[in-house]
Amino acid sequence: MHFVVCIKQVPDTAEVKIDPETNTLVRAGVESMANPYDITAMEEALRLKEKYGARVTAISMGPPQADSVLRQALSMGADDAVLLSDRAFAGADTLATSYTLSKAIETLGNVEPVDLVLCGKQAVDGDTAQTGPGIATRLGFTQFTYVIEVERIDPDKRRLQVRRKVEGGFEVISGALPALLSVELELAAPRRASLPMLIDSLRTPVKTWDAKAIGASSALVGIKGSPTWVKAIASPQVHRAGPRWDAAEGVSAAVSAALDALFSDEEFAAGFVKGWKA
Amino acid sequence: MEEKFDAAIVGAGPAGISAACILADRGVKVIVLERGEYPGSKNMFGGVLYGRCLGRIIPDYAQKNCPIERNIVESRISYLSEQGSISFAYRDHAFFEELQNNAFTVGRAKFDRWFADQARAKGALVVCSTVVTDLLRDEAGRVIGVKTDRADGDLRAKVVLLADGVNSPLAARSGFRPEVRPGKVALAVKELIALPEEVIDERFGVSAGNGVTNEILGNVTAGMNGVAFIYTNRRSVSIGIGANLSDFARQRVRPYEMIERLKLHPAISPLIKDGKPTEYIAHWLPEGGFETVPKLFGDGFLIAGDSAMLFNALHREGSNLAMASGRLAAATILDAMEKGDFSSRTLQAYGARLEESFVLKDLKKYRRFPSFLETHKELFTTLPDGVSAALRTILTVDETPKKTSQRAAWQAMRSRTAPLRLLHLIWDAWRSIR
Ligand SMILES: Cc1cc2nc3c(=O)[nH]c(=O)nc-3n(C[C@H](O)[C@H](O)[C@H](O)COP(=O)(O)OP(=O)(O)OC[C@H]3O[C@@H](n4cnc5c(N)ncnc54)[C@H](O)[C@@H]3O)c2cc1C
Repeated sequence: MHFVVCIKQVPDTAEVKIDPETNTLVRAGVESMANPYDITAMEEALRLKEKYGARVTAISMGPPQADSVLRQALSMGADDAVLLSDRAFAGADTLATSYTLSKAIETLGNVEPVDLVLCGKQAVDGDTAQTGPGIATRLGFTQFTYVIEVERIDPDKRRLQVRRKVEGGFEVISGALPALLSVELELAAPRRASLPMLIDSLRTPVKTWDAKAIGASSALVGIKGSPTWVKAIASPQVHRAGPRWDAAEGVSAAVSAALDALFSDEEFAAGFVKGWKA
Repeated sequence: MEEKFDAAIVGAGPAGISAACILADRGVKVIVLERGEYPGSKNMFGGVLYGRCLGRIIPDYAQKNCPIERNIVESRISYLSEQGSISFAYRDHAFFEELQNNAFTVGRAKFDRWFADQARAKGALVVCSTVVTDLLRDEAGRVIGVKTDRADGDLRAKVVLLADGVNSPLAARSGFRPEVRPGKVALAVKELIALPEEVIDERFGVSAGNGVTNEILGNVTAGMNGVAFIYTNRRSVSIGIGANLSDFARQRVRPYEMIERLKLHPAISPLIKDGKPTEYIAHWLPEGGFETVPKLFGDGFLIAGDSAMLFNALHREGSNLAMASGRLAAATILDAMEKGDFSSRTLQAYGARLEESFVLKDLKKYRRFPSFLETHKELFTTLPDGVSAALRTILTVDETPKKTSQRAAWQAMRSRTAPLRLLHLIWDAWRSIR
């Protein structure tokens, strides 16, 4: 099998600040790191490789310095690493990014078909969680988001079963390969590289591919391929926790107390009555 | 097959990287092991590097974008009493021109990383986030490599250079040098205070890119044997203070309280007014001088920089001693490579090289200086106020005849420090730096 892991270089979020005037992230002078969710994806890819046998390729789109996150992947045990770097890729939103990454995965697949793409559920700098699903959609892969456990891969039947996080619980689903997983942090604690692997990773040349190498259309990558524009960045309003009613004295007593409190708000009561009539 | 390196260097500070640059330049297979996430990530110093020393290793450092903060054009020394300050400043046009970058400020996080990148470009392997936990030895006790905290972490090398700085748990573990005693190190804390570039230019009276160093002595160290400093960076000011570790223990003063007091002193506070503290770090300094320098080599290993206690406290020179010792260690390793002998018989040439260089010559010259400071605590207690009071009396203009006011000044002085003690002080001071 062939697994591809997508890794993004992000600013060390412990230090990220937002420029109050321009509403953009202040990146100058901030250290970078590999997106932690992506490193979890890398770890899972290696564990699956150990269990089922596979080749693991790590890819990243970013400036030349982003090769450090790929070296980290190599030191953990990736077999190969490709950096997608081209001036034309700069300024990409999730649409352009998922296009670029999917073109790279296609290119890799031309040499050795890709069975599984793994990525983090989201990047800690943008928090959009859109890139993974975007890649799956473009490649026509089955997508499994918010994965907390890969229960089984059946290489012969070409099926995969995972446990994913949903609100209030989890869900076990299975689907066909090729597939894309976007993973949660609890999936797998990343390993620490051994000394020989770390040394090797520093010596392994990281391949760099530009737009041409992956056959990407220049109109669809980078800022040109990014219809998103940021109007404003705002912190969400913090809602204070509402009042609570203790149900120790019986549920119905608690519910009626809650309803009394709600309807004592005249505006709410008026709205409710209006809605009821409609 | 297990890989073997020619040279393994512990620590990517100025000493280790200097050696790595020279060795890699000559095609030696060299690896540097650094515990920080990247070189410099955990390191701190006052901030002054010396261009001529760096130039011995990277001659075109300025063209190679060495992250210089400010070229130092003025050096000040201030002696602070409770409320007063006596200062001496020297600025010269030469520091703008032919002596440019004689001294300049840098931040370690940026500089160490840049310096390590130079070594990498020459072919050295710099491995970070890896702690050397012990030395590997053969049956005869010869050092044959290092142990690290990673899986499969033993690494073999023909020679090991210990450049792991002053606070070396490795020394304690492997016993390559005695552990330092509290009386022989200083504990220093430093704050980085962010200020706009133009504000710094204006407050220190310098043009863009140029800067000032200010060493500060007196009772700011609360009677402890220590110094403080303020150095200018491009968009920040480094302010720090340190004192002998056993003095700290004895007096139960907390370092952060001391730096807060310093920042409130009337001579200091205007310099940092409205600045935003952005960093606070503590570090040790090897202050014991010549007497504490350990045996610098053994079978299969050498020691350089702070790890070898090579620090000149009087002149605030450490990075340059680290670089020079790293360079001389590299030269010795090159000889050993040629001979194919890494026993102390060959490596002892390192000791001789250091003796012939300014490194040990200077430390030898000032060998009495550490004990001078220890035995003359009045420098940090009564003397500052005495001198201040005397000067204040002389400078007060109120129709008192000069003879009377001069006598009063002397009285102010001697009431705080006895004349015999003063004589002693001057005599011992002269002897300690002669
Ligand atoms: C407050 C202060 C102000 C100073 N001001 C100045 C100044 O203005 N000018 C000046 O020239 N000098 C100054 N010095 C002294 C100067 O910082 C040192 O002399 C110099 O840094 C010594 O260099 P080094 O390479 O020997 O050690 P270090 O710079 O300490 O480097 C040692 C390196 O080894 C690493 N390391 C340690 N143990 C291990 C291990 N077991 N495994 C792996 N890695 C390890 C450390 O992380 C570190 O990167 C100052 C020092 C202090 C504390």
